[in-house]
Amino acid sequence: MSTSETDFSEELAARRKKGIPPGLWVACPGCKKAIFRKEIDKRLGVCPECDFHYYVSAKTRLEQLLDEGTFVECDNNLLPVDPLTFADQKPYVERLKAEQKKTGLTDAVITGTGMIRARRVAIGVTDSAFIMGSMGSVVGERLARLVERAEVQKLPLIIVSASGGGARMHEGILSLMQMAKVSAALARFDQAGGLFISVLTNPTMGGVAASFASLGDVIIAEPKALIGFAGPRTIEATIRMKLPNDFQTSEFLLEHGYIDRIVRRPNLKSEIARIIDYCHG
Amino acid sequence: MLDYLPFEQPIADIEQQIESLKKLPEPTAESMQKLRHLRKQLADTTRQIYDNLTPWQTVQVARHKNRPHTVDYLSLVFDEFVELHGDKFFRDDRAMRVGFAKLDGRKVLVVGHQKGRNFKDRTENFFGCAHPEGYRKSMSKMRLAAKYHLPIITFIDTPGAYPGIGAEERGQAYVIAENMFEMSRLKTPIVCIVIGEGGSGGALGIGVGDRVAMLQHAYYSVISPEGCAGILWKSGEHAEKAATALKFTSKYLKEFQIVDDVIEEPLGGAHRDHHQTAARIKSYLVKSMKELTACKIDEMLANRYSKFRQMGRYLESSLADEEQTNSTAQFNGAIG
Repeated sequence: MSTSETDFSEELAARRKKGIPPGLWVACPGCKKAIFRKEIDKRLGVCPECDFHYYVSAKTRLEQLLDEGTFVECDNNLLPVDPLTFADQKPYVERLKAEQKKTGLTDAVITGTGMIRARRVAIGVTDSAFIMGSMGSVVGERLARLVERAEVQKLPLIIVSASGGGARMHEGILSLMQMAKVSAALARFDQAGGLFISVLTNPTMGGVAASFASLGDVIIAEPKALIGFAGPRTIEATIRMKLPNDFQTSEFLLEHGYIDRIVRRPNLKSEIARIIDYCHG
Repeated sequence: MLDYLPFEQPIADIEQQIESLKKLPEPTAESMQKLRHLRKQLADTTRQIYDNLTPWQTVQVARHKNRPHTVDYLSLVFDEFVELHGDKFFRDDRAMRVGFAKLDGRKVLVVGHQKGRNFKDRTENFFGCAHPEGYRKSMSKMRLAAKYHLPIITFIDTPGAYPGIGAEERGQAYVIAENMFEMSRLKTPIVCIVIGEGGSGGALGIGVGDRVAMLQHAYYSVISPEGCAGILWKSGEHAEKAATALKFTSKYLKEFQIVDDVIEEPLGGAHRDHHQTAARIKSYLVKSMKELTACKIDEMLANRYSKFRQMGRYLESSLADEEQTNSTAQFNGAIG
């Protein structure tokens, strides 16, 4: 029911948390085989045996998508605060510090401009390692400014979502309103003729799925990503039924008509460039 | 007979005493005196309790089974209601009511979540949890309203959008996003009122407008207190703690500039006096409509945008700027 569900099946949780485990050899969560780590790295974090897409950080994602040395970060001077003086088992301020230290990020999104095969774009990437990639005030504000910047500079807009947490609970209602804020900015961008390509990666849930991630003119997803509104456990608890195997995956969404293409990570860059050329060329 | 909430026991006790006094066959001067005293005591006790509701008690009031719902306001606030059922997509979602109505002689479109009073209604209405078809129905009629310049009024009262297999198959995330996206630019005045539960995305899906108000004892939250407790405290039993931590009562929402106005409820909550609550909602709507229709459309849309655009709290530090070396840091907005 909430937009902030953070529950996954165990396999998906393992996938998200572990990323590519350290060590020379990796036991792939997809095919259970021992895979040589360098082979995964070489394929941008994709298993050579079973095509399992590992977690990649926002920074790595930007490196994978953008032409080398072209990224200019914006609004990294916007920093999270604790408007509710929120504390669960840990105060939010401490949680923020710990997450910042763990990820090297100031909040769950990096935004800026760069080039994709020599096409200048405005780009934002959320990182599921920072409080589940959830959207609080800083994520909302950075994205809204990114959309406005894309509009002013007439750039195609790309947002890559990796947000299992949806709207961030720790900032309460202020987080929920970021959904409306970014959606309103996208409506203006649309009115001005802007192109928005939304890229969904594992996982994209709750308030992120129910706002900007679903509003792309073209929506692309990586294979087998978990994408949906309510968390699978919430749904199971509500309807008291076992969920179908492929439920809330990219393939499920493609079948039901909510995404346009499933694109493997190694092809993502050229595919985005191709769509830009159709609409923005 | 009212259903008393656990913390209303002192109220129940006094009301019981009043009832038994009223039943006396021959009222004496003494009993009349006592009755007057009890009535005053009742008002004082009710005020004492309701002025100091905890967030968790507020949630219980917002969910009270006798609290007025959208259909109650449809008959108490408006002169007529012409329901429009069709979503032209899947089916008529009874958790979402949409139709033309007359507000003090003005033609409007009303959209609202509907929970239902008895078990049968509640089941048919999915307890006020709308499916994608409900949001689609609301959007198609809101577009129609904008086409003919009819102002839109929405009543928000949902625990959340429905979590289910069909809901996901039919694009629950997409329809909520689409509703916010379109409502932010619809060329007609929109007034939204949270009348009970403002449950996360399901609420916001009909919650983007020029004026957003809430009833005094309603709540509006990113997540239900039970859901939040389940995730952050690992057990739904901590819902009371979560309710306090989330700061989702009307007092905080006004402070955070999420709602423009808080509509005061009658003494002891909306469930004690539907007519009085409806009258206050009506006067708020009439006043807001007058102000908004006097506004130029472009100006109104610009105001609507900046209203949502400024929501959020963060630190904007110039320290991170490469060129600046001074250490000024400023908050966006005041933090309460």
